[in-house]
Amino acid sequence: MPEESYAIEAQNLSLYYGDFRAVKNVNLQIQKQKVTAIIGPSGCGKSTMLRSFNRMNELVPTAHAEGEVLFHGQNLYAPDVDPVEVRRRIGMVFQKPNPFPKSIYENIAWGARINGFRGNMDDLVEESLRGAALWDEVHDKLDQSGLSLSGGQQQRLCIARTIAIQPDIILMDEPASALDPIATLRIEELMRELVQNYTIIVVTHNMQQAARVSDFTAFFTMDDDRAGYLKEFGPTEQIFTNPKDKVTEDYITGRFG
Amino acid sequence: MTSSQLPSSGFPAPASGSQSPDYAPNLPGRHRSSKLWRKVFEISTIIGLISLTLLLFNVANSAFGYVAYQYRLDPATLAIDGVSLENMDRDQLITVLSANISANALKGLERDQPLAQRSEADLRRLIGERVTKPKVLGVWSLSDSLLHKDRIAAEATELDPDARLVFKSWLNRDFVTSPQSADPLWTGVWYAINGSLWTILITILVAFPLGVAAAIYLEEYAVDNWLNRIIQTNINNLAGVPSIIYGILGLALFVRALEPLTRGAVSGLTDPTPANARTLLSAGLTLPLLVLPVIIINAQEAIRAVPTSLRQASFGLGATRWQTVWSHVLPNAIPGILTGTILAISRAIGETAPLVVVGASTYLTFNPNSPFSKFTTLPIQIYQWTSRPQDEFRSAAGAAILVLLALLLSLNAVAILLRNRYSRSLP
Repeated sequence: MPEESYAIEAQNLSLYYGDFRAVKNVNLQIQKQKVTAIIGPSGCGKSTMLRSFNRMNELVPTAHAEGEVLFHGQNLYAPDVDPVEVRRRIGMVFQKPNPFPKSIYENIAWGARINGFRGNMDDLVEESLRGAALWDEVHDKLDQSGLSLSGGQQQRLCIARTIAIQPDIILMDEPASALDPIATLRIEELMRELVQNYTIIVVTHNMQQAARVSDFTAFFTMDDDRAGYLKEFGPTEQIFTNPKDKVTEDYITGRFG
Repeated sequence: MTSSQLPSSGFPAPASGSQSPDYAPNLPGRHRSSKLWRKVFEISTIIGLISLTLLLFNVANSAFGYVAYQYRLDPATLAIDGVSLENMDRDQLITVLSANISANALKGLERDQPLAQRSEADLRRLIGERVTKPKVLGVWSLSDSLLHKDRIAAEATELDPDARLVFKSWLNRDFVTSPQSADPLWTGVWYAINGSLWTILITILVAFPLGVAAAIYLEEYAVDNWLNRIIQTNINNLAGVPSIIYGILGLALFVRALEPLTRGAVSGLTDPTPANARTLLSAGLTLPLLVLPVIIINAQEAIRAVPTSLRQASFGLGATRWQTVWSHVLPNAIPGILTGTILAISRAIGETAPLVVVGASTYLTFNPNSPFSKFTTLPIQIYQWTSRPQDEFRSAAGAAILVLLALLLSLNAVAILLRNRYSRSLP
């Protein structure tokens, strides 16, 4: 497969917090318009890895990266790349639903507006809410606070505001871990719909979720020096049914982690 | 629910036996110490309340009470057609005034402002100052006035058999709207109120934006290095520096070094009255030095309390640092920032020492009406009156304290209303 067809690609990527190496020497190719799940035990650098894809790690003052992340053939960590532009192209949904304490409408419109959206805002809001399967529930109360929604609705609102700025890739950091099973199911269904248009990378602790929603799975684990690294990567079906690595198998079958 | 109502004795014994050797029964003891602490906290609150009540009582005690007057001309003799002086209308007051002062004095008054155009309060004041000329023989406190009326009457008669005993509220409309006077009966705080309002206005305009900006820099932009840590430590320490030190700084910096600016010479707006830079602007620039550390520290706390998840959401959408600060951090921090600012400004409005050093006037003959005016403020006025030997001035000081409290409370009320308007709930 030619390199151009990858949505994003980590090459020999190591991530540091100060002197501590949290993730080391990762080579990972993310396929376009697929869901890639990142799984692994706590503290193995899954979230750090995910945040390196849109340079959110830099909000931690001591964080820095070595190696390359290629996006459309361009290294995201090259000196002339603006992290603000990166985050507009690679959106993010967080573990805990974090809508702005503004109206539902404003939650969607704000991100689009600051990024210079010039089209019809009402249409964009409707389109984004429909895209996040939330329109039917909120179309008659767009002026209410985003915080008045339930947890699952809030998370879908966060997804809606992310797709409103039309990113290429959506990063999801345990998007359903704070939600009940029914809300979780809806998020998972939504991910399967969104993947028709977007590339999704999702970090999850939930094996069944990874098995249900993802096309590819990357299994991370920890070294003796507590640095996380990519143990095994492949199509989800293969990872879950026929892992090549003993450690992967132990983790997936629940023998550790 | 108290411990006696808990059905603790009704529980079946633990399976291991009726009395586990490792756990001694201590519930009553724990409840006792819990109650004890509750009492300690209650008593602390009560002591605070008592102090506040004593303060208010002490002020009110001197601001109200009986006054014994001796009139040069008894007001009763001025009655026209059975209408006493108190009930006269403007025309009758003019008649009384014209009939009882010399033609020359009348001409002088007419030249300043024709009698027909003067307000009723002004006319009454003129009659008091020029005709009846009451002289205060003695003043009594509010508590004495309420409890020992007979004794006060006897004392007043002793001072002068003709003494007129009147229950006077030193805090009245004339007191608030009159300029200063050397006579405690006719003095007022109008110029001092204006001086205080001007000073506070300039202080807010300077201190609020500077303080919030510094807090934003320190919380959102500054990297954690030794220089910024030194700055932070210094700001924390500056909050505890005695206010008179800031007064000395203000004197050196604004009154002396920046004299052309603070006198108004640079802008060409020089008020002809002050020959130096002891102006409202100097005072309004000195007080921010005093309150800036408090505003900065409180604003930092408020900014720090904005959840990280909100900042991440904003950055995750491709917002710049400034867009994040402006749209999310500040709107959510503003209630806390305003609370800190209210506290700081309340402190500034009551400050005396730095303004004495900067050069507040103790006696002002005109209304401060521009930043380049000489000035006085309410605390300066109070300080000056309480140091006078006459009892009457202490009563005037009591009334001025009540005015200052009212001013403070109304400014705070405005700030709290503003704060509540901008308050929002956070996730």
